[in-house]
Amino acid sequence: MTSNNKDKQTIVEYIQNWSRKHSLFVMAYGTGCGAIEIPATMTSRYDAERFGIRGAATPRQADVLLITGYLATKTLKRVIRVYEQMQDPKYVIGFGSCTINGGMYYDSYNTINALDRYIPVDVYINGCMPRPEAVISGFVQLQKQIAEGTANNAAKYKENLEWYRANQKKIIKNWRMPDYNW
Amino acid sequence: MEDLGIKIIGALLTVILAFTVGMTYGGIVRKLTARVQNRRGPVIWQNFLDLLKLQSKKTNIAHGFMGHMAPVWIIISAGTVLMFIPILNGNLWFPNLTFHGDLIFLLYMMVFGSLGMALGAGQTGNPNSAIGVTRGLSQMVGFEIPFVLALVALMVQYKTTSIQDIMDIQAQTGTWMMFANPFAFLAALFASLGMFRYSPFDIVGAPAELASGPVSEFGGKYLGTMMSGGSIFAFIKLTLYVDLFMGGAGFGTGILATIMGLGILLLKTFSLYMVPVFYGWISPRYRTEQAIRYFWGWPTALGVIAVIWAIF
Repeated sequence: MTSNNKDKQTIVEYIQNWSRKHSLFVMAYGTGCGAIEIPATMTSRYDAERFGIRGAATPRQADVLLITGYLATKTLKRVIRVYEQMQDPKYVIGFGSCTINGGMYYDSYNTINALDRYIPVDVYINGCMPRPEAVISGFVQLQKQIAEGTANNAAKYKENLEWYRANQKKIIKNWRMPDYNW
Repeated sequence: MEDLGIKIIGALLTVILAFTVGMTYGGIVRKLTARVQNRRGPVIWQNFLDLLKLQSKKTNIAHGFMGHMAPVWIIISAGTVLMFIPILNGNLWFPNLTFHGDLIFLLYMMVFGSLGMALGAGQTGNPNSAIGVTRGLSQMVGFEIPFVLALVALMVQYKTTSIQDIMDIQAQTGTWMMFANPFAFLAALFASLGMFRYSPFDIVGAPAELASGPVSEFGGKYLGTMMSGGSIFAFIKLTLYVDLFMGGAGFGTGILATIMGLGILLLKTFSLYMVPVFYGWISPRYRTEQAIRYFWGWPTALGVIAVIWAIF
C-alpha cells in the first residue's frame, strides 16, 4: 500500500501483475446515464480492446467493476452482491461525479452520495459525463496501480468488512442477503 | 526403450504445439475481427495474457465436485483426442496412437469436452448455464449429422475407418478428398461452422444474451483451463479436417522436412479456420431452431449426396 511496494515485488508477482494489467475483463454495471459512454469506448473510434480491456458478462469472470453513474439505493444491493461474487484480485472504477459526491443527485432521497463508503474504489473518473478519453485515462491509471502492486483494495474490503457492512446496512433496510457472498 | 522416450517427448511436443497454435489462432482472429471493425485491436498474443491473468487469480470459486472436474475433463479429453490425430504424416517427432477404427472412436471422444462442460455447468445451478447447455447440445445434434454423413461417405468410399489409411490413399492417388468426394467436404465444411461456434452459430455463449452461457459461473483458473482445452480442441478439429480432406501435411522426419511440414500444416489449418470466421463476420446470430434447421437443410442433403456418391 505504500509507494515503495514497487521494489518489494518478487519476479512472480511482477509477471502476474503485468498480465493482470494487460488483461482487464470489465463488468460494466450500467447503473446510470454513464452506461452510454461505454459503447463509444469499446467500439472503433476509441477501441479500448487495444489495452486488453474486454467486456465480461458475469461477475465470476470479471476483474473490474465499472459503476457508471448514480447509484440508486435499490441498485446498491445488487452492486454489493456483484462485487462480492467477483474473484480476487478485483478492482472498482467509479465513473462520473455521481459516484464521487452524488453529482446532480446530491440531495436525492434514493441515491447514495459517495460510492467508497460502500465498496472500495480504486479509481474515480471525474466528469458529467466523462468522455471516452477520460474513461481510457482512468483505465490507464488503474493499470499503473496494478503494475505497481498498489491496487489491493479487495484485501482492504475484507479487513474493514464490518465498517463497510455497517454503512451498507444503513442504506439497505431489508438486508436479506448472506453476510458473506463469496 | 528409446522408442518410448521419443514417443513421450513427441506427445509433449504435440500438446505444446496444439496449445500454442490454438491460442495464437484465437488471438489472430481477435486482431482480424478488430481490423474488420476498423479498430486497432489487441495484440495477437492477447489470449496468452488473458490465460496468464486467469491462472494468477487469487480466489477461484467452485460449485461442487462436477464444477471442479469440468475443466479438468475438458483438458484431459482434449489431450486424449490429440494423441489420436496424425499431426504430420510419417513424422517420428509427432507420433500418434492410430489404429483401425480410430475415426469412429474420435467421433465419440470429440463430444466428451462438451459433455464435461455440460455436467459442470449443470452443477453450478445458474439458469444461464442450463440454457447454454441445452442450446449447445441442440446445436450439436444439428451439426453432427452432416459431419457424420461426410465421414461415413469417406469410410464407405475407401472401405476404411482409419485416419492414417485415408491419408495414405490421398498420398498415393495424389488427389485430396475434397476433390475425390467434394460433397463430403462441403457437408463437413458446413458442419465446421457450427463446431467453431462463431457467429451466426454463437448461440451457446451468446454474449449479451446468456451472460456467456455454460461458463457463466466459472472464473479464474477454471475458466483459464477451459480456455486452454478449447484452444487444443480447435487445433484438433482443424488438423482432423486437413488430414481427412486436404491430404494432411508432412514429408519425413528430417529437421527441414519437419519445419516444412509444420508450415504447410499451419497454412492449411489457418485457411480452413478462416471459413467459419469469415462467415461469422457477415452474419448476425441465429436462434436455436434456426441453427438446427440450417444444419438439417442443405448440409445434410449434401451429406446424403456424398454417401450416394461414395456408394456408386
